[in-house]
Amino acid sequence: MDIIKFLDGFTNESLLHAKPSRRDMFGTLGSLGKKAVLSAIPFGLATMPNKTYAQDVGNDPVSALQLALTLEYLEDEFYDLALQSGVLPSGRPETVYMQISKHEQAHVDFLITGLEGAGVTPVEKPTFDFTAGGAFDPFNENGVGQETAYAQLLALAQAFEDTGVRAYKGQAGNLLGSAFLTPALQIHAVEAMHASEIRRLRGLKGWITNNERGAGMPEATQAVYNGEENVTQGGVDVTTLGNTAPFSMEASTEAYDEALSGDDAVAIASLFIVS
Amino acid sequence: MKKSIVKVKPVKKATNRRQFLKLGGMGVVGASLLVACSNDDNGMGMMPDPDNPDIFDLGEGDLGVLNYAYALEQLEADFYTKVVNSFYGNISDEEMQVLTDLYYHEVNHRDFFKAAITAAVDGNTDLVLPTLEFDYGNLDFGNREQVLTTASVLEDTGVAAYNGAGRLISNPGYLLLAGKIVSVEARHASAIRTLLNPGSADFAGDDYVTTDTGLAAALDPSVVLSAVGDTGFITTPFTANNLP
Repeated sequence: MDIIKFLDGFTNESLLHAKPSRRDMFGTLGSLGKKAVLSAIPFGLATMPNKTYAQDVGNDPVSALQLALTLEYLEDEFYDLALQSGVLPSGRPETVYMQISKHEQAHVDFLITGLEGAGVTPVEKPTFDFTAGGAFDPFNENGVGQETAYAQLLALAQAFEDTGVRAYKGQAGNLLGSAFLTPALQIHAVEAMHASEIRRLRGLKGWITNNERGAGMPEATQAVYNGEENVTQGGVDVTTLGNTAPFSMEASTEAYDEALSGDDAVAIASLFIVS
Repeated sequence: MKKSIVKVKPVKKATNRRQFLKLGGMGVVGASLLVACSNDDNGMGMMPDPDNPDIFDLGEGDLGVLNYAYALEQLEADFYTKVVNSFYGNISDEEMQVLTDLYYHEVNHRDFFKAAITAAVDGNTDLVLPTLEFDYGNLDFGNREQVLTTASVLEDTGVAAYNGAGRLISNPGYLLLAGKIVSVEARHASAIRTLLNPGSADFAGDDYVTTDTGLAAALDPSVVLSAVGDTGFITTPFTANNLP
């Protein structure tokens, strides 16, 4: 399956229409509000429905997992190239990138296995351009210099990890009632652990304050952080909680990560996708 | 479905990290067939435990999960309150910043759950987990190693708990809220792990994230509550008879 077709399909058209429907498995899951069917088939063995929510194009488990795989392809290749670039200082940076790289590779393999096990053709790996059309030179391929390249390597890693956290969170609802929810949550948490470490490696807090992208982050990455300033959770203004002093905006926004829609996640990833 | 009661036990050790981490390594990926049975359409029901009618039960369905999260957030909030009220000696600026942030985040989470659950049960406070009491035994809040190790256990356990509870949630709004909180807990876990072992791969270590599939731990409520019960930190008894 072609990545561009997938990206188009994510917003515009029904994915996998040609696939035979396996709606029976999820047939009792009539709408989002109903009690979930707690299927407990191991990830790799599960059978995917064509559409759990046929009327909501792009809001189904298959689309959610294909988006996840696309983002994991991006992260996996990024960390591979980073480790090969010679830009990373040895010691903590290299140790951190190696550990993250191991996980992103595992996520790619895991998602491919899961999709294939469900009878779905995984999206193909896109062709990436981590210079984003020449805006960056994170691997020092165009002579920007080691120091600048390293700063960009860190900045891009932060943007990718924080995007990953938000994107997985945004897809959780689309996996509700499917056997894929728990592993997706488990990956979501790992991305957050990565994000925290990369941010701290850059001298920032591990958590996101207001909608601040943080010192040294290119303005192009602001889309990753827009919306993080939300303080209304489940109808509650969390700045007003507690029985002593009200919570600061800083603490109230740091305490909750916000979701990113599939469309917004695709838009961010597309900056680095050639074809 | 009878589960052990979380109640006071003598604190065996100052911290019990090994046991938590061992549990954390056994992340279960939907391996067992579990269907939450309920005759209650909105899934917000609660059944009294005939053997312990006076002991609060977390309830079933979404209410049970919310009360469960509220219990864990109460523990975290109380722990960090004690930490910031008497920081261990010679604490670094970085560690003070991290622990202070965690204090604010966890107190916010705790107060949020109280508000959210109270709203969800239309103000019927009989269905809201009461304010719990805590006892940390001989845990030395003046000892950096003990404080950070306990913090690490609490954060790791919190992440595994939310990961394991997601599939028990029916309401997509609650699932999203749990997602908003669990990733912050994971950011905490990562930071504390790095404070304990700077420059290492422990921020998402092989003891917590499977090396072949890259998945963080996910644990059922019964497993988490059993481990929490073993610490003796929570002295107010409650049951989770209607959660797996």
